[in-house]
Amino acid sequence: MASRGIKDRVAIVGMGCTKFGEHWDKGAEDLLCEAAYDAYASAGLQPEDVDAYWLGTMGSGISGLTLSEPLKIQYKPVTRVENMCATGSEALRQAAYAVASGAFDIAMAIGVEKLKDSGYSGLVGNVPPNDGTEGNMTAPASFSLLAPAYFKKYGLDPDKGKDVLSRIAWKNHRNGARNPKAQFQKEVPLEQIKNSPKIADPLGIMDCSGVSDGSAAAIVVRAEDAHKYNKHPIYLKALSFCAGPAEGPLATDYDFTTFREVVATAKDAYSQAGITNPREQISMAEVHDCFTPTELVLYEDLGFSRRGTAWQDVLDGFFDLEGTLPVNPDGGLKSFGHPIGASGLRMMYEMWLQMRGEAGPRQIKNPKVGLTHNLGGAPGRCVSFVSVVGAQLG
Amino acid sequence: MRHMAGIVSYGSYVPYRRLKRAAISQVLGIPAGKGEKAVASFDEDSVSMAVEALRDALKSKPKGNVEALFFATTTPPYAEKLAAAIVGAATRLPSEIRAADLTGSVRAGLSGILQAADAVAGGASQAAVAIADSRLAAPEGKIEQQSGDGAAAFVFGNERVIAEIVGSSSLTREYLDTWRGPGEQFAHVWEERFALTQTLSPLLGQAIKSVLTRAKVQPADLAKIVLDGSNPRAAEEILRGLKIDPAKAADTFALTIGQTGAAHAALMLTSVLPASKPGDLILVATVADGADAILFRVTPAAASFKPVHSTGRLVESKGDVAYGTYLKWREILPTEPPRRPDPDRPAGPPMLRSEKWKFGFIGSKCTECGTPQLPPQRVCVHCRAFDKMEPYEFADRNARIATYAIDRLAYSLNPPTINVVIDFEGGGRFLCEMTDCEPDKVAIGDEVEMTFRRLFTAGGVRNYFWKARPKR
Repeated sequence: MASRGIKDRVAIVGMGCTKFGEHWDKGAEDLLCEAAYDAYASAGLQPEDVDAYWLGTMGSGISGLTLSEPLKIQYKPVTRVENMCATGSEALRQAAYAVASGAFDIAMAIGVEKLKDSGYSGLVGNVPPNDGTEGNMTAPASFSLLAPAYFKKYGLDPDKGKDVLSRIAWKNHRNGARNPKAQFQKEVPLEQIKNSPKIADPLGIMDCSGVSDGSAAAIVVRAEDAHKYNKHPIYLKALSFCAGPAEGPLATDYDFTTFREVVATAKDAYSQAGITNPREQISMAEVHDCFTPTELVLYEDLGFSRRGTAWQDVLDGFFDLEGTLPVNPDGGLKSFGHPIGASGLRMMYEMWLQMRGEAGPRQIKNPKVGLTHNLGGAPGRCVSFVSVVGAQLG
Repeated sequence: MRHMAGIVSYGSYVPYRRLKRAAISQVLGIPAGKGEKAVASFDEDSVSMAVEALRDALKSKPKGNVEALFFATTTPPYAEKLAAAIVGAATRLPSEIRAADLTGSVRAGLSGILQAADAVAGGASQAAVAIADSRLAAPEGKIEQQSGDGAAAFVFGNERVIAEIVGSSSLTREYLDTWRGPGEQFAHVWEERFALTQTLSPLLGQAIKSVLTRAKVQPADLAKIVLDGSNPRAAEEILRGLKIDPAKAADTFALTIGQTGAAHAALMLTSVLPASKPGDLILVATVADGADAILFRVTPAAASFKPVHSTGRLVESKGDVAYGTYLKWREILPTEPPRRPDPDRPAGPPMLRSEKWKFGFIGSKCTECGTPQLPPQRVCVHCRAFDKMEPYEFADRNARIATYAIDRLAYSLNPPTINVVIDFEGGGRFLCEMTDCEPDKVAIGDEVEMTFRRLFTAGGVRNYFWKARPKR
């Protein structure tokens, strides 16, 4: 019994990504078409070349028909997957394993979400009939549980803590301002972030990711075939996923300053990829910055910072675009919004661009190893995904 | 020593929120009287308040099986559906129990007390009655100014009785004084002089005289008189007519709680019992579509009885609510609906499956490693033993805040919603809403206790469940 991983056995040879934003003029089917055709073109493939599809969406459609119908896919397997906010990453993981197994030569992972049609603010879940005892917490409130717990544990004065959170949002918007696909492409002054209207104290509106529509897609093949399709593929070094036992709301030894699911997936991914010192070995990371305290805690869970020191690294600019370990160079969920099914693949799209030197004004110098991290749920009760990718084999 | 059927335990409940009468004046520009009134919060109703009072009464009661349960109110949550069943489930009473809702007039409260006493006289080991009211009243009216919300509960039995029933008198008459049709929000009240001269005062006087005569007790022999005259002036007239020292009249809570409908006489009784001495005679009477008068004699056992929350303490434990907020809570003032879907109606089958959890707040404890957990689990969160659980009650255990969230986005009649992660004394963690609390007062480490509330109403279903509140 072991998680062996598929290091260097699968490569991404094409990717597509729509602009993220309020696409009043496009439905999920339009977004899917755009991302899919963008990916076909990127890999130099025709639609009929792809053998199987994994479609990630949380609520913009059910079954593989959501994709096969608009794309007129000719009688091929399309699997719809859902794993909360990590849905897009889950689609990629399934597609990668399918080609690694030898069952298919070419597979596409594609994610989409159309959030702006509901007329509601924020996300709307689809809850099965129940006994009415489940809470009614919004996502920002769930993640805000981290802030007082973290501040208290590490003796951070709440005002200083707020500075740290604001600095994270400021950094991500600064990166997003350099990205033409982002929903928000403007830098936001630190003071404006710090003073934004409260949503879930201490979180203001500027501590939260936005709500947007979008789609992203990746085409995967076995690594040995990669150069047939693309001169600059990127290689999957690790794919790790877990659904936690949801101990946080049950067990008193969980202290809301960590995601145990992230710690577990990071450990597994580093073992698959042979990473021993992530702070030094990882060149860049795209992490799930749904709310600023999430990103703060992730730095420690992913091993980028020692416990209780991430806030200092934030203030030191360690994770800035010009820092030692740039995190969310594309602007993150903060700049892109969070179309659930698409976000995990959008993160991978930034790895694709950066490793191929196509990231324009936000290009990181010669990134070798990248990490994407995607989670869904709430602190203490979530699913987590970590991937490690590289520009080279080995 | 065996006593006649009597009170063996009691509890009371006064909601935390107070509406100052000056706040009504300020908004409506009319005189609204002095003092303040207790108001049920947005997440409370007659059932949830009855549960709170009965929890205390059951905690303090001597051993014995409660074999009958009566719930009395003029504001039942359902026109059809037994509210006593909800009260019984939330207080973890056994399902082998006779139960009834008593309603129709504010006299339902004393009717409930008499029914419970009769059930014990008829052979029940113990009988419980929970009485609560949260009457809606139209702005600018006297009822709005005078009424308040609250609850009281008693357990009757015939062993370790603290106040035995010496006698009672009941009158029933048909006349028009207070009425409310199906679907009507507010009650109508007939003109006051008619009530004072023809109905309320004469009937109350007659019932009191009748019980005193039969018990061969002179008005002067009474240690306390608990008079709920519906109209305060009716009570005053009775005291004058019987030449009873006004100092013997129990506090009507006019300035602190307000008139609590069906619960009022019972709530007043809970406030006089702690200071009473063995042998004291206490007369309790109320009037509405007739009158009930009950004469109690306090026994020596009363000296050792201590309520969990004394009524006096609950009167002092309070926080203000603005009049506009109160009008929103009561849905008298309509508000813009949130840009969020309506909550789903809770479903029958899962509610039945989780009855002990949802209503009784009973979790589980692993018999392998001893870890308490809630909601009840099949696989232990700590040692992962499968199906080694036994039921474990959490409702009466206190807890401390591990972390919290102030949710300004969630829809609530009382934003922001405060969520707390709490760790129970003796083990067990839960994430729930916190109520009766100001957002800037929440802190890690604070002590909380559990309270039975109504989370929301959807599809006509009142969704009751538990929340945390600061210790009162």
